[in-house]
Amino acid sequence: MTHSRATGAHGGAIGLNGIKKWFGTFQAVDDVTLDIRSNEFFTLLGPSGCGKTTLLRMIAGFELPTEGSLTLDGAEISSLLPNQRPVNTVFQNYALFPHLTVAENIGFGLKMLGRPKAETAAVVADMLKLVHLEGRGDDPVTQLSGGQQQRVALARALAPRPKVLLLDEPLSALDLKLRKSMQIELKRLQAETGITFIFVTHDQEEALTMSDRIAVMSSGKVRQVGTAREIYDRPADRFVADFIGETNFLEATVERVEAGRAVLRLPSGATLTAGLPDGLSPSGKVSFVIRPEHAGLVAAGSGTIDGTLGNVVYFGTDTHYHVHLDDGATFIVRRQNARAGASGGPEAGQRVGILFGEDAAQILRD
Amino acid sequence: MFRSHFDVRAQPGFGLITLFTFFALYLPIAALVVYSFNGSESLSRWDGLSTRWFVAAWHNSAVQDAAVRSLVIALWAAFLATFAATMAALATTRTAPYRGLTFKYALINQPLMVPEIVTAVALLIVFSRIKVWTGYSGLGYLVMAHTAFCIPFAYLPIRARLESMDLTLERAAADLYATRWMTFRHVTLPLLRPGIIAGFMLAFVISLDDVVITEFVKSGGQDTLPTYMLGQIRRETTPEINAIATVFLALSTVLVVVFFFVNRRKT
Repeated sequence: MTHSRATGAHGGAIGLNGIKKWFGTFQAVDDVTLDIRSNEFFTLLGPSGCGKTTLLRMIAGFELPTEGSLTLDGAEISSLLPNQRPVNTVFQNYALFPHLTVAENIGFGLKMLGRPKAETAAVVADMLKLVHLEGRGDDPVTQLSGGQQQRVALARALAPRPKVLLLDEPLSALDLKLRKSMQIELKRLQAETGITFIFVTHDQEEALTMSDRIAVMSSGKVRQVGTAREIYDRPADRFVADFIGETNFLEATVERVEAGRAVLRLPSGATLTAGLPDGLSPSGKVSFVIRPEHAGLVAAGSGTIDGTLGNVVYFGTDTHYHVHLDDGATFIVRRQNARAGASGGPEAGQRVGILFGEDAAQILRD
Repeated sequence: MFRSHFDVRAQPGFGLITLFTFFALYLPIAALVVYSFNGSESLSRWDGLSTRWFVAAWHNSAVQDAAVRSLVIALWAAFLATFAATMAALATTRTAPYRGLTFKYALINQPLMVPEIVTAVALLIVFSRIKVWTGYSGLGYLVMAHTAFCIPFAYLPIRARLESMDLTLERAAADLYATRWMTFRHVTLPLLRPGIIAGFMLAFVISLDDVVITEFVKSGGQDTLPTYMLGQIRRETTPEINAIATVFLALSTVLVVVFFFVNRRKT
């Protein structure tokens, strides 16, 4: 199963340098520079039309960048045809060859590479085991369920031991339960094979749970690159903060900056400290965010700001409290539910205070 | 029940029209088939059941020659037309749309638009020139002429098949180290096969059936089965012609049925 490690194969590093892509007058990718490390589970995350799939296609070789350079382990590959790149793709619709069996699909790449039949057969057997489809090799792929087809598509792309595996929203057609188990499965395959995975998705949860690092994209640009935690806790700009998870947006004035943190004064007169995006030293009015779970409800007057409690929405694992601030904005506080009796928290219409957690506020680069 | 309002079968007069259509379409054919088993010398007088005209046709060397010639021409024409149509279909579907593509469709389908008699006369004139220049007067002219008008018939099912094919399959093949030729050989062609078979059979039937162009292009002694039958009808006619037509009909029916099943399998 760990044949790639045994043969010393390693994941390739992909370098994107100033990549631009125009389709006629539409710019799909706008000056993207990324270093995707060897052996990494890297995710391109963004809404549809943000350019993430175009970027993936350029790495695969189906599209040519209009400008910029594309390297694999330091060597320029943008002039190579798709069949000349040691990069394989798991397509969104799987694109399994309907006239071939499961085993023939998985062995297709090796056959095209002219590998001996015995070697191909051995790798195919390994792959069937790796994706838990032992004994299904002779079945026509058209007889498999969606989840099984997905695993054949994975095995087919992994069989030639590419340096980089590209995954184009491969889980989007699966139902929730299957998707969850495939997320874990993909993570395991990446660790076992040591191949660099580049995963494209619009699903933030998928990105947060699976990735070593994430690049958040919108309108052709990379907004932020970082680990799941970095991106969630310290979003660089409004788009990232808004796209990933739920967030409360607030405004304040910068009092002073000290030791990489800013001291902010709210319109209500209260002060708090907030984290700064790298290299930003703001002054005047700034926007900052606080995640709903990084704030708590307290008695009016004893928190950072006050408001009137509106809707209380019960979610099972937690409850969302919609607090109407005095300036008209709504602030959401999330509180995890305990198995308490009927006596819950505060009730709608009550005046409440919101207490910001330590290190909860993060200033945005607007 | 719910759909019966929209069901054409529920419309008034449906049964009557259907009956009429069936009679109009199949009565002549039925008569032809029935009279092919006529024991009499006459086309119109029934004289008991017999297979003598099938036997007579089978032993008629002129019929044998014409039948073999028809098959040879149809096989060649269908083969060449399918080959050309496959190339044309690939060239017109595996490309980004460009100015002039519609014109090319029109050009490929031109034999469907131009009246057959016009093509026939044109070919007669051109081929008679070439015959004089080259001295060649074999079956090649008929094969060429048949190939030309068979191309659109072969082209249509092949193009339909190519257009319904998922382009990511070819992309996936390229991604898995297949060169363009290997992609065609291992992915496109196998998936295209039902379309090619359908195109071939359609072309084959169309060629087998042709009268007008063949009549104009053929040299002396190059009768195909249809032109032979036409020639016979001009003279005194026996039910032998019915027997030949019946066999012909059976052959076409088998081909059409096979065509139908091949096409249906494509899902």
